[in-house]
Amino acid sequence: MTIEELEQIAKSVSQENAKYDFEVNVCMDLACMSQGADRLREALEKVAERSGKKVLIRRTGCMGPCSSGPLVRVDPDETLYHYVNASHADAIVARLGGEPVPALQCDLNEHFDKQVRVVLENAGHIDPEKIDDYIARDGYKALLTALTEMTPNGVIHRVTESGLRGRGGGGYPTGLKWGTVAKAAGDLKYVVCNGDEGDPGAFMDRSVMEGDPHRVIEGMAIAAYAVGASKGYIYVRAEYPVAVSRLTTALRDARRRGLLGNNIGNTPFNFDIEIRLGAGAFVCGEETALLASVEGRRGTPRTRPPYPAVSGLWGKPTLLNNVETYANIAPIIRNGGKWFANMGSERSKGTKVFALTGKITHTGLVEVPMGIKLREIIEVIGGGVPGGHTFKAVQTGGPSGGCIPAEMMDIGVSYDALLRVGSIMGSGGMIVMDDTSCMVNVARFFVEFCMTESCGKCVPCRAGTAQMFTLLSRICDGTGTMEDLDLLVGLCQTIKETALCGLGQTAPNPVLSTLKYFRDEYIEHIVNKRCPAGVCNMKARVEVLA
Amino acid sequence: MGGIVAAFTPPPLPSDDKRWKIVNGTMRKNGFARHALIETLHTVQSVFGYLDDDSIRFVANSLRVPLSQAYGVVTFYHYFSLKPPGKHTVTVCIGTACYIKGSEKLVEAAEKRLGISRGLTTDDGKISLMTARCVGACSRAPVMLRDGEVSGEATQEQMLEQLERWAVE
Repeated sequence: MTIEELEQIAKSVSQENAKYDFEVNVCMDLACMSQGADRLREALEKVAERSGKKVLIRRTGCMGPCSSGPLVRVDPDETLYHYVNASHADAIVARLGGEPVPALQCDLNEHFDKQVRVVLENAGHIDPEKIDDYIARDGYKALLTALTEMTPNGVIHRVTESGLRGRGGGGYPTGLKWGTVAKAAGDLKYVVCNGDEGDPGAFMDRSVMEGDPHRVIEGMAIAAYAVGASKGYIYVRAEYPVAVSRLTTALRDARRRGLLGNNIGNTPFNFDIEIRLGAGAFVCGEETALLASVEGRRGTPRTRPPYPAVSGLWGKPTLLNNVETYANIAPIIRNGGKWFANMGSERSKGTKVFALTGKITHTGLVEVPMGIKLREIIEVIGGGVPGGHTFKAVQTGGPSGGCIPAEMMDIGVSYDALLRVGSIMGSGGMIVMDDTSCMVNVARFFVEFCMTESCGKCVPCRAGTAQMFTLLSRICDGTGTMEDLDLLVGLCQTIKETALCGLGQTAPNPVLSTLKYFRDEYIEHIVNKRCPAGVCNMKARVEVLA
Repeated sequence: MGGIVAAFTPPPLPSDDKRWKIVNGTMRKNGFARHALIETLHTVQSVFGYLDDDSIRFVANSLRVPLSQAYGVVTFYHYFSLKPPGKHTVTVCIGTACYIKGSEKLVEAAEKRLGISRGLTTDDGKISLMTARCVGACSRAPVMLRDGEVSGEATQEQMLEQLERWAVE
């Protein structure tokens, strides 16, 4: 496969598409599927065939505003329809070429205007099971350009220049990591993709793997060329069966097109990828635990150093990046590092995909430039809190993150700013809470999660999370004391400083951040035996009243 | 090292149940390498529905992995089950977005209706009640899965109605 051949494929795809007057794109992501997008697509196909119009019905990945699904976009007019079901197929097809169906028209200009699509540029535009659709949108051009026109060092230089930082949450500079693996001694090196999106409330990586799988593969192949690896693994959660099947199809098609395998792009570069299934362990998002799991062992982390960049899979130098990090690589190679560095804030470049969920009007996937104010994401893009309730906090970073209160809504979203307010960027879950959420209960929820997910290897995490849970449960059922609060803070500090891996070290974050910003709620539970949000079941209060 | 290494012959299949051939296929595809343990256990669970002692023993012997290690892996990962599932399974997602939207109430209602705690199967083997740590459909929380099929914005009524239908089947 050469760049000319890629262009030939792109040309034949556009010739094929030119045969149609209209393209009806149906979002087939999990959220829309759960509302009957499958039946809708079948209905559209039937009606379109009967109508005699030249219509291409295409299934696509996530279009973004999931709460308005099932979504349909009609091109070339770019008309977006929401809440569509199979019974609307007739009306949609009948109106093709005329005025859109008014009742179904989705007006979310404000929602889309603030967004910048880099990672999600293809989602909603291509059929994820068709490699040629991807190629037609400049797919694999970056890989072949890198292989034929750039040195491995040149690739690393461009990634460094872009300022891209790890999108799994840690924010380690990607170029620096690649450089370390490239310099590590050894003939055999591995490239691994972390698709173990265990953070509950986050589904960005699922959507990328399902909606645009080739982009992840292309990013990994470019990384492999840069660091000198010949073998890759994608570690995907078993809870994401659709992602697994899309990736399997994508890998097969990439091999058939000669974009994986031996002598890719008629160069001496050889690279292939295998899928490894996770099995429901949150700790496997930690890099050394993930690698243990790929090796078929219990996913327990180990001490670092040595870092995986030096000694990873089977003791070989291993590059490990997150799905979204790899998804950023192809556009960086195509458009240059400076182009990417022009987006975002001073120390957080580019865009970030967030999964906006919870008590918010427009739930779904959004991609915003780094540095955008939290308030803009929540109020403008997300449309604010529905049902006349008031906004209380937004939780970022999952069980490792914190709750950010309403007063802090004007901070810009960047790795450093989120860290300063006691949360983390994390992989991109953003869960909005309103006045019906009890922050003590929320803290207990996350601590329970970490307690069950603790691998048990180190004492601070295994025993510490259990003790935190006991203390929080006491406060939640109204039997806690003010001394418990001091004990809780001390315990949090100990766990933070002494736990072996990221899971344990960050497990106290939800507790510390809620204690910092919502201390009055804790005190209300302890002193007045009352849960202001009415969530907690007050055992002590029942006894008093009896 | 030198010396003579005896060629390894994988053990025979436990029975002529065709599903063992599928399991063996996964191991063969991976060259009976030890690191194929988790992959193989996934295959066992997908064809048999769960992992029992015989299957764990067979996989461990075939891949030359100590039994303790195989059992250790099975019990470490939540996805693997040592008990057979019921004829039908309702799974309630208890990820963060679902928790915020009240999935706990759904689980409690199901527990009350079925008379079992989460993670268990009714005595007649008809229905299992499971919880999941996020299936990634957070934008339509709360989410339940009926025999693996995702339903968004699930309500108690919907869920109880489904349980009723399964109970009288």
